[in-house]
Amino acid sequence: MRGQTTPPQFLPLQTVSPMPIDPTQRRATISVLVENEAGILARVVGLFSGRGYNIDSLTVAPVDQRGRSRINVVTSGTEMVIEQIKAQLDRLVPVHRVADLTMEGPHIAREMALIKVVGTGEHRVEALRIANAFRARVIDATAESFVFEMTGGTEKLDAFLDLMRPLGLAEVSRTGVAAIARGKRVIDDLHGAHDA
Amino acid sequence: MEVIFGYPGGAVLPIYDALFHQNAIRHVLVRQEGGAVHAAEGYARSTGKVGVVLVTSGPGATNAVTGLVDALMDSIPIVCLTGQVPTHLIGNDAFQEADTTGITRPATKHNYLVKRSEDLARVVHEAFYVARSGRPGPVVIDLPKDIVINPAPWTPPPETQHRSYRPQTDPDPEQIRQAIALLKGAKRPMIYTGGGVINAGEAASDALVRFVRATGFPCTSTLMGLGAYPANDPQFLGMLGMHGTYEANLAMHGCDVMLNVGARFDDRVTGRLNAFSPNSRKIHVDIDPSSINKNVPVEVPIVGDAGRVLEALLAAWQQDGTRVDTQALAEWWREIDEWRAKDCLRFTQETARGSIIKPQYAIQRLYEMTRALGRETFITTEVGQHQMWAAQHFRFDRPNHWMTSGGLGTMGYGLPAAMGVQMAHPDALVIDIAGEASILMNIQEMGTLAQYRLPVKVFILNNQYMGMVRQWQELLHGGRYSESYSAALPDFVKLADSFHAVGLRATGVDELDGVIAEMLASDRAVIADIAVDPKENCFPMIPSGAAHNQMILGPEHEDRAAGITDEGLVLV
Repeated sequence: MRGQTTPPQFLPLQTVSPMPIDPTQRRATISVLVENEAGILARVVGLFSGRGYNIDSLTVAPVDQRGRSRINVVTSGTEMVIEQIKAQLDRLVPVHRVADLTMEGPHIAREMALIKVVGTGEHRVEALRIANAFRARVIDATAESFVFEMTGGTEKLDAFLDLMRPLGLAEVSRTGVAAIARGKRVIDDLHGAHDA
Repeated sequence: MEVIFGYPGGAVLPIYDALFHQNAIRHVLVRQEGGAVHAAEGYARSTGKVGVVLVTSGPGATNAVTGLVDALMDSIPIVCLTGQVPTHLIGNDAFQEADTTGITRPATKHNYLVKRSEDLARVVHEAFYVARSGRPGPVVIDLPKDIVINPAPWTPPPETQHRSYRPQTDPDPEQIRQAIALLKGAKRPMIYTGGGVINAGEAASDALVRFVRATGFPCTSTLMGLGAYPANDPQFLGMLGMHGTYEANLAMHGCDVMLNVGARFDDRVTGRLNAFSPNSRKIHVDIDPSSINKNVPVEVPIVGDAGRVLEALLAAWQQDGTRVDTQALAEWWREIDEWRAKDCLRFTQETARGSIIKPQYAIQRLYEMTRALGRETFITTEVGQHQMWAAQHFRFDRPNHWMTSGGLGTMGYGLPAAMGVQMAHPDALVIDIAGEASILMNIQEMGTLAQYRLPVKVFILNNQYMGMVRQWQELLHGGRYSESYSAALPDFVKLADSFHAVGLRATGVDELDGVIAEMLASDRAVIADIAVDPKENCFPMIPSGAAHNQMILGPEHEDRAAGITDEGLVLV
């Protein structure tokens, strides 16, 4: 329906859906395709801080040869706030696409963590056993430490860290969430490939 | 672009040198950079064109920030060129260096730092496109000195669309259909319009008038939208909101279908959100999707240019065979007329010689005398009580003739804005309705008026207080007038004289007409210092946190404390 009524030069994203009032919070994983220009990250981060939105996780990196970057933001808020976050992101001039992966169908979200556990004896053995169960890789080891590399969903990383805490968890470095839709859909096609 | 408002400095000297060698662009030298941005705002809002500003790096740019935020809040198209230290010095805390793009990022619609000469032409074209497209706004181009010294190739404006910014201007026909279905079924409809209709151009105001008349529905306007629909038309209920009329606010509260065109459910309009128009189904037309469902959830969202949407609504209204419920509509109008009969803006002016002038009366006489004159008249204001009285008592019947700082509420806006309006309309009558406190915020621009012989009239309602602050202190802070008295005021007549302008003063009601007449007859800049009642408050008023049906009326109304009912008024 929308495809027929909207001339192709306009972004159908600009259409707003009717809004139910729902005070409950939800978490949203939002991917934003942006021009890779100076200050774009500051623009996005400033938008969140200036308007009081939450950022649970944020990643950014160049993703194609056309000078575009992808920002993945995990945020939470009421439905009204999340719709507002999407609309505010979408009106930033260098933003090409805003995709709410949580709403637009199944998606996959992963992050990577480097986890340093320091200890000896039973703790050290137990840490290695749990790491194997979680399929974490040992990428550095000394007589009294491990660095594990682990990739997975946020919950899996959180669970692993909880288990490592009593076993000498010393330091964590996490990438934040990278996310992508399942199946053959791509972010350009989520709203029509205008820039092809 | 014909006019540029600016102030020179080290980082922009090469641009000023280029200006020296040409005649196509007129440069107006302001007296402080903040004045330049407000002047460009007045120029832009009175012409529909993009206003252009040129300031230097560091303090030049930081002084411009207030005006930029003002333009952002009121959706005024501005391109502001800021000087910057040379690229190799950026980040070194160089003399007059400021992180202008960092500071202005949340103050603008978009901003640019040009780091290569070959990007300059593209960025300038893009900046004008971004400033005027979609929801208009201010755009900053930060220009390092080496970039403007080195020759830069000129390239024509790109013929292709912008890579990422393409606002939707045409509405979705399905949503137009839904809107018409709601409107046709309404028993108590209300049309509420805002600055978006003004920004969409004169044709949009024209479409609004035709649509409102076709429907027979009542309409109201925000502060920013005044003039889009003629104020003297019987279908217009006056401004709504905190200092809106009794009838407009009660009609908003009691309507069953609301059509919002180009307004953004601002808190000055809605009052307490959870009590705002509780029983209405709402249609919201806005070119900025982020304005929709931001404060107030709506049933039918329509993204598009206000003019195009109104044309689409009008066409669909005429095509749709459904009849409106004329009986219900007549009953609704009867109810509205009862509210209107309250005459909520009335005041009593003592007429004996030497009687103190009521500020509302001063505006009313200004309106009547300018109207009798028949000249094209533009009004700007500062911010405060005088601004609200101007909105209430000066009845605008054309768009783009009313310039005021709505969203940001910037005291000091009116004089430089009037300057910009007068530059664009040299033969028109341009009046800044001011307060004695606000006017001092940018009084230095009197020098600019003198230099360019701009015959702006400054009409000061002098109540010796920051009146709105005093009013809130009286109503909400037990009458403790903390720091709101305008102590040590200048003699405005002498001040006018020292700036090569005409100074006039009225202290009693019998002097008012003579002063206004002399002001209007003068072909020079004038400051008219009108001494008004220092105790007068601006009513009606919806106190902060109250609902539309909890208005306070003025002392003229015996029942101002009586009607504590659902649809009545509550005295706070």
